[in-house]
Parts: sequence; structure tokens; C-alpha cells
Amino acid sequence: MTKFAVMDHESVPKHTLLSPEESEVVLRTYGIESPQLPKIHVTDPAAKEIGAKVGDVIKIIRRSPTAKQSVFYRLVID
Amino acid sequence: MTVPKRIGKIKFGLISPQEFRKMSVVKIITADTYDDDGFPIEMGLMDPRLGVIDPGLRCRSCGGRPGECPGHFGHIDLIAPVIHVGFAKIIRKALRGACRECSRLMLLDKEKEMYLQQIRTLERLGQLSDEIVNKVFAEARKHKICPYCGAPQQEIKFERPLSYIEEGHKLTPSDIRDRFEKIPDDDIIIMGMNPATARPEWMILTVLPVPPVTMRPSITLESGQRSEDDLTHKLVDIIRINQRFQENREAGAPQLIIEDLWELLQYHVTTFLDNTVSGVPPARHRSGRPLKTLSQRLKGKEGRFRGSLSGKRVNFSARTVISPDPNLSINEVGVPLEVAMELSVPIVINARNKEAIKVFVRRGPDRHPGVNYVTRADQRRIKITSKNSEEIAEQIDAGWKIDRQLTDGDTVLFNRQPSLHRMSIMAHRVKVMPYKTFRLNPAVCPPYNADFDGDEMNLHVPQTEEARAEAEILMRVQENILSPRFGGPIIGGIHDYVTGSFLLTHGYKPIDREDVMELLKKFPPNEMPEPKGYLEDGEPYWIGKQVFSTVLPKGLNLTFKADFCLNCESCKHEECENDAFVIIRDGQLLKGTIDAEAVGAFKGKITDRVIKEYSPSVASEFLDRMTLLALRGIMYAGFSFGIDDEDIPTDAADQIDETTRTAKENVQRLIEAYKAGELEPLPGRTLDETLEMRIMQTLGKARDNAGQIAGRYLGLDNSGVVMAVSGARGSMLNLTQMAACVGQQSVRGERIRRGYAGRTLPHFRRGDMGAEAHGFVESSYKDGLSPTEFFFHAIGGREGLVDTAIRTSQSGYLQRRLVNALQDLEVKYDGTVQETRGMIVQFKYGEDGVDASRRDYASPDNVKRIIQKILKHGGAKS
Ligand SMILES: [Mg+2]
Ligand SMILES: [Zn+2]
Ligand SMILES: [Zn+2]
Ligand SMILES: [Zn+2]
Repeated sequence: MTKFAVMDHESVPKHTLLSPEESEVVLRTYGIESPQLPKIHVTDPAAKEIGAKVGDVIKIIRRSPTAKQSVFYRLVID
Repeated sequence: MTVPKRIGKIKFGLISPQEFRKMSVVKIITADTYDDDGFPIEMGLMDPRLGVIDPGLRCRSCGGRPGECPGHFGHIDLIAPVIHVGFAKIIRKALRGACRECSRLMLLDKEKEMYLQQIRTLERLGQLSDEIVNKVFAEARKHKICPYCGAPQQEIKFERPLSYIEEGHKLTPSDIRDRFEKIPDDDIIIMGMNPATARPEWMILTVLPVPPVTMRPSITLESGQRSEDDLTHKLVDIIRINQRFQENREAGAPQLIIEDLWELLQYHVTTFLDNTVSGVPPARHRSGRPLKTLSQRLKGKEGRFRGSLSGKRVNFSARTVISPDPNLSINEVGVPLEVAMELSVPIVINARNKEAIKVFVRRGPDRHPGVNYVTRADQRRIKITSKNSEEIAEQIDAGWKIDRQLTDGDTVLFNRQPSLHRMSIMAHRVKVMPYKTFRLNPAVCPPYNADFDGDEMNLHVPQTEEARAEAEILMRVQENILSPRFGGPIIGGIHDYVTGSFLLTHGYKPIDREDVMELLKKFPPNEMPEPKGYLEDGEPYWIGKQVFSTVLPKGLNLTFKADFCLNCESCKHEECENDAFVIIRDGQLLKGTIDAEAVGAFKGKITDRVIKEYSPSVASEFLDRMTLLALRGIMYAGFSFGIDDEDIPTDAADQIDETTRTAKENVQRLIEAYKAGELEPLPGRTLDETLEMRIMQTLGKARDNAGQIAGRYLGLDNSGVVMAVSGARGSMLNLTQMAACVGQQSVRGERIRRGYAGRTLPHFRRGDMGAEAHGFVESSYKDGLSPTEFFFHAIGGREGLVDTAIRTSQSGYLQRRLVNALQDLEVKYDGTVQETRGMIVQFKYGEDGVDASRRDYASPDNVKRIIQKILKHGGAKS
């Protein structure tokens, strides 16, 4: 089976890996601890694609019918 | 605040006989309850060690008083084991899966290893292993010879309710228990049980726990006679049979008698656990009423879970039939005097209100705004009677609390089930009234989905300042005019309110001074509007639009098309000759007609604009006045609908007959073309489908044409048309069906085909594909239907009824699941959506952070309006 680029699919929103500093900013903005974030599995194809490790935070930018763009963060878990 | 504890894990298992004995405080050996002096008999069913229910006594086991003592279990040693009904199915599976000689699960070692592996994996993933366990039993059963001891297996037949028959003999519970006892632990795991917490032999009872008296209290009747709980009755039966069994066995009674008694013991234990087992006649009370035993206490709507834990009865509430009262504000609710005298609001006495409260207390409980109870500073509650009211009124002091009867102006919550959205419970202001129904303004019917055909509603009185504040700020009717469901007003004119506004504002009929005064009687304005003109005799006159303008707030500007607009090809806007283009400038209705689009519930352009540009208070004031005026309007014009409103002239009827006749002929021609093979199939359709579609089309068009013909003769002088056109009630289709032609009846969107072989009814030839033979109703409701038409109509009508019945139950269940999943989510002040643990669900509510009821349709018109508004304000300042 040929491997295809997950991120190129139009239904896959943009995933970006945040640096520890950037994740810290996210947590501070919302006044939360990282376990309160929504989760994503390390083995998730999109997470694998950007080389995320357990404990990282991924920023996801989705298209939204009401808000045009919506930002979401996920904590990478095992 | 205590930190909420999380439940990590719930483990279900079986209780072993040892555990039953360990948790028991007393062995029950006698079926008697009380002795002749009324004292509980030791080792009887009411043994004082089982807990206390009589006030003044203390528990012999824990020393607690009634209410403190939770009650304690006892036990009965059963002379012979019996099957627990709840496990009949699993016992059957286990019996068939285990060898009858060596009791080992009849699977090869390597199969066992594989299944064990699979169960472990699922356990690790937190999933149920039910499917694998079922497969284990199914596979084990296939072995006809035990792979371990080589014993040949016999088919075990199961007979309802509790018989397991092997080789024509019934296995006794003892036999089954013996087999289960020998099953090795490793096999039990593969059977989906944990041998530490659930050995299969524990499904056969040898010890029966006796529930504490606190869960089966006896009640003393007025005659002084004691009446025992159903559970106690059942336990008496069990002990009696148990004793008889023992006596007979010790006396060496014949096997037949022993078996009968064993069977009887099994019956009593079974019905003690569940009195609705199919195949077991329910145990009955002397009166013939079936006993309510353990399972009946838990199951169903009135059961412990749905009846006592998920839902409870509450104090300070009332329920009665509702009826309309258009003279009430939308914020009010009419409460019957009798209800108001029963319900109360607590008030704490302080130095400032003491004198005022004295007046209330003096009135006692029998003169309306009176006081039902007084709570002293030491928390003693005193019931106020007409005798002690004077005395207590003198005693009251700061720190005391009174329960004042409900009076005008109190805030209460009003609710109608099913409470599907938040507008199903709203806060109203009380208005105490005579008679026995709750009264509400019909304009608030839509959010409750209420009508007055016997609907009942509930009323709750908040008992604290906090509750009242929350109710007044968040739940008041006027705060809920805009629905978060679609962002528009859910409260507004219905039925006659819409008809009334329509009749009042349509056209430019002159209204003289006296009539204008009459219309405005309920809320006289400070001054009359400028007359529109003068009649020939010099008398001034006004028009309905001016009268309606008196309820509009000053400065309101609005332009829109009325509901009644015909959607002409090119809209003439201001020049609309139907008066369907509404123009409001500075609170004056200049052009157009007020109908459902302007003030109706779910639409209400004016209500929407007023609430967004002014405030909920202004909007509620507008709705109150609008409803009053609309009713004056409909009374001024006069309005009625009768059977002769469905009459159409003879030549119209002839024309309609003509259209239906030609339609039927066209159908015949289509059928002939089909039979001759000349019909061209539509793309992607078979020939049959094409024919059906063409026929449906032809007949549909015929009905439309008939409607149009009738419509030509039914103008705005017809009250049915007024209601349909203004959006008050009904549609032109309804009128068409009444006056012209009912049209094709259908089942699942197709013509009616079911019935006899090759035909729908014996009135038609086999294979007749014509219009009449398949449910085309040519008659109108007014004319009446022919017998075959009537029958087809009933078929079509039944489908509609079934559909609604199915839909409500399905959507009800869907709603329940959604609410259960979403009820604890909360939009926090930073706009995030979180659940109770603080886990984020959405970073911005609904991705855009917009409250649907506050958004103001992002349209370019909006921008224009805002600019105009700012410009105006700027001009005022300079
Ligand atoms: Mg009803
Ligand atoms: Zn106790
Ligand atoms: Zn065997
Ligand atoms: Zn128009």
C-alpha cells in the first residue's frame, strides 16, 4: 500500500506542533493545567505526521461554517 | 466545600452464603411478627435487631434512633437450595457448557487459552467481554463428549420458568449446585465471571437475606390493627414453607411430598425476588392485588430509580388545568385563590418589616394574604389558626420567620411538560384570581407548547432570595422572548391576535373618534393621534394603521414584507397594491398590514426589532398592548367562521368538476399509453415508476387547479382566507380541501396500492390503475366523500397518526440521550465550554462564541441601520 500524505487531504484540518513556550501561553490564557485540554493520541495519523510526542500540545485550525476559522488545542497522550 | 469524590470503579458480583451470614445480625426462624402485647418476637421477622421504626425506641444492633439506624439484615437458612430467578439464563448456559461428570468447561486447553487472551485484552481496553463469553458457551455446548473425562453429555432442556431437564429428569437445585461447585476457578474466568467475587454456585440460594424492617415498615391502621408490608408477607410465606419442609423431611415423608414442598419453596423465593416472572403466577394479597416485591420496587417509572432517585415530589408546588386570559400581562400568571392560600413565601422578620408583618399574621390562615406558619427564633414551627393569630402577632420579633401566603407580585416558576427546552420553565408574576385554573396570556402558549384543551401546568414557589433573584433575572418571561433555538421571538401573537391586527391595519378604512376611543380603551394614550382627514360632514377620522401605531415604541424604524405578501415577480415595495409592504417610521405604521410576520410567534419582526433596539421590558409592554389592541380590533371588525364560508358559486364548482374530469381522463390516457408501450420512461426510472409519477403529477396539478379556481371566489371577505393569509391559522391548502377538492391520498408518498389481490377494494376491477381506484379524492370535505374515497382517506390519515406517534417517541428518546450527555456542560466567563471537572470541550462556545438569541442577522441592512442610528445620535449632541 502506498503511503499518502494525510495532511494533504482537504478534510484534515491544519495541525501544528506548539513549542513548550507556546503551550505554556495557551495554558495561561485559559487558566488551565494541561490535563484539562482535549486529547489526541500519539498514534493519530496527523499527530504522527508532525512528529508529536506525548505531552506536546497540538494546535488545530479548522474551517468553521459559523466562525470561518476555529482554533483548537489538543494534548498528545499515550 | 468538600472536595467531590470520583467513583473510580464499580464492581458487580454475587454474594456468597458466607457473606450473607456474616452481614446478618439475626437468624430468623419463626414466621410470627409480634406477640399478643404488641412486642416484636425475637428471631421473628420483626426482631428488634433488624432496626427500629417505632419512635422512642433504640436499635438493638447499633443503638441508633429511628432515622439514624439504617436497618440491619437478618437471614433465613433455607432447608434446600433454590434457584435465584434473576440468573435462570446464565445457569442454563453454564449447565450446558460444563461437563456433567467432572464439571470442567468443555473446551480444549488451547481454545481456553485463546479466549482468556481475548477477554484480558478487552478488559484492558475497558470494554465488555459479553460477546466472547457468549461464544465460549456456544462452543462448549457443541462438545458431545467431555474432552477431559470422556463422559458423554446429555442435552439439557430448559422449561420456563425454572426447570432444567436432563434425560427426562428435572435437575434439582442441589444437583446444579453440586455441579457448579466443582467448576475450577480458571474455567470460571473464561465463563466471564470472577471466581473471587462471583462463583456460579452462588446463583443457587442456600441462605436468604432478610431485609431490615426499615425497608418494610408495618403500618398501624386506624383500628389499631397492624398491616404488614408486602415483603414481610412474602417472607412469612417463605419461613412457613421452610419449616414445613424441614418437619416433613425429618419425619421421613415420601419423596413426592418433599418435591412438592421444594417446588413451593422455590415459588415463594422466586416471587419474593420478582413477582412478574412469566410462567409463574404472581403472588397475591388476600384482596387479590398482586404483591409488590423486590424487583417491582426498583423497576419502571414509579420504581426506585426513575420514581424516587431521578425524580421526586416537591413542596411549594401546585398543578392544575390552564385557561387563557388575554387581560393578563405575558409576565403574569393567574393563580386560583385556593392555591395561593396553600402556597407560601418565607419572610424573615427584622426591625423594619415587623409592623407590616404583624398585619399579615393577624389575618390568620383564612383571610387571603395571611400567614400559614410562624417559625420562632429557636426554630420551633407554629401553625397559625384563626384562634392563635392575634396572640402570635403580638409575640413575633426580629429573627422569626413567617410563611406568608402567595400574593400578587410574587415570583413563581411556571412549567409545562415535556420540558424540552429552557422556555418550558419560566418565571411569572403572581396574580391571585377566583376560580380553579391557572390563567396565562395566550401569547406565551408557544414556548410552553400549551393549549387549553385540558392541559395542566405546574407552579413552583422559590423559597430563598437567591432563587428568587435568579428566577427574576434569568427566567422571567420577557427575558425569554427570544429563543436561543432560532434567534427569533418565540413569544408573540397567535390565532385571533394575528387576525385582529390584520383586520385592524389592513387598508385605509376610516374610523371615527368614538370607535378609536373604543379600540384604545384598555390603554388610553395621553392624546389622540392627529386625524388622518375629515369626512364630508367635517368629522375627523383615523385609520387602523394610526391606531396600531399607538402601541409601537417611539423612534422605531422598520421595513419588511408581510407574511401576506404574494411574492410578486417584481415587488413594488411601497407601491404594493396588496398593502403587504410594511413601512414603520419613527414608531408610525405608514404602510402595510400587520400580520404573523410582524407580531406572530416564531416570526414577529417587530417584536424582534423592539427587543434588540430597546429592551425586554419595552418588548413585553409592546406585546401586552398589542394583544389587547388586537382583540379590540377583531371585536371591532367582527369575525366568525362557519360552514357556509366554504361555499363556492355553482359555476366555480362546475369548473372544478371540469378540471378533475380532464385530470382523470389524462390519467386514463397515460395508462393507455403505458399499456400500448408508448410511454417514454423518465431518466433513471422504470416504466412503472414513470407512470406512477406522471399520474401523481397530473392529479396533484388537478388539485392545485381546483384550489386556484376556488381561491378566485374566496377573497379577503372570507374569514378562512383572512386566517390563512395573515398566518393566524390554517393554510390555503386547508381551504382548498374544504371547498374544492381533497386530492390524492398517499401512503409513503405513493398512491394507495395495498388491499386485495390486484385491486385496492372490491369496488374496482383487478388491474385498474385509474385515479379513483388508487385513492384520488375528487370531492371536497364540504361536499362529503364517497364511500371508497372515505376509505382511502382513512388509510392516508392513519399513516399520519402513526407517523406522529412514532416521531414523538423517537425524538423523546433522542432528546433524553442528548440531554444526559450535555447537561453538565457550561459556558464559562472566558467563553470556553467546560464540563464539571474543568475539562475543556470547546475553546469558544459554538466555535464563534455567539449567543444565537443575541445575534442580529448579519445583513447589510443592519450596517445601514447602525450608521443611521449613530448619525442621528451625533446630530443630537452637536
Ligand atoms: Mg393540549
Ligand atoms: Zn440499627
Ligand atoms: Zn468431564
Ligand atoms: Zn409585494
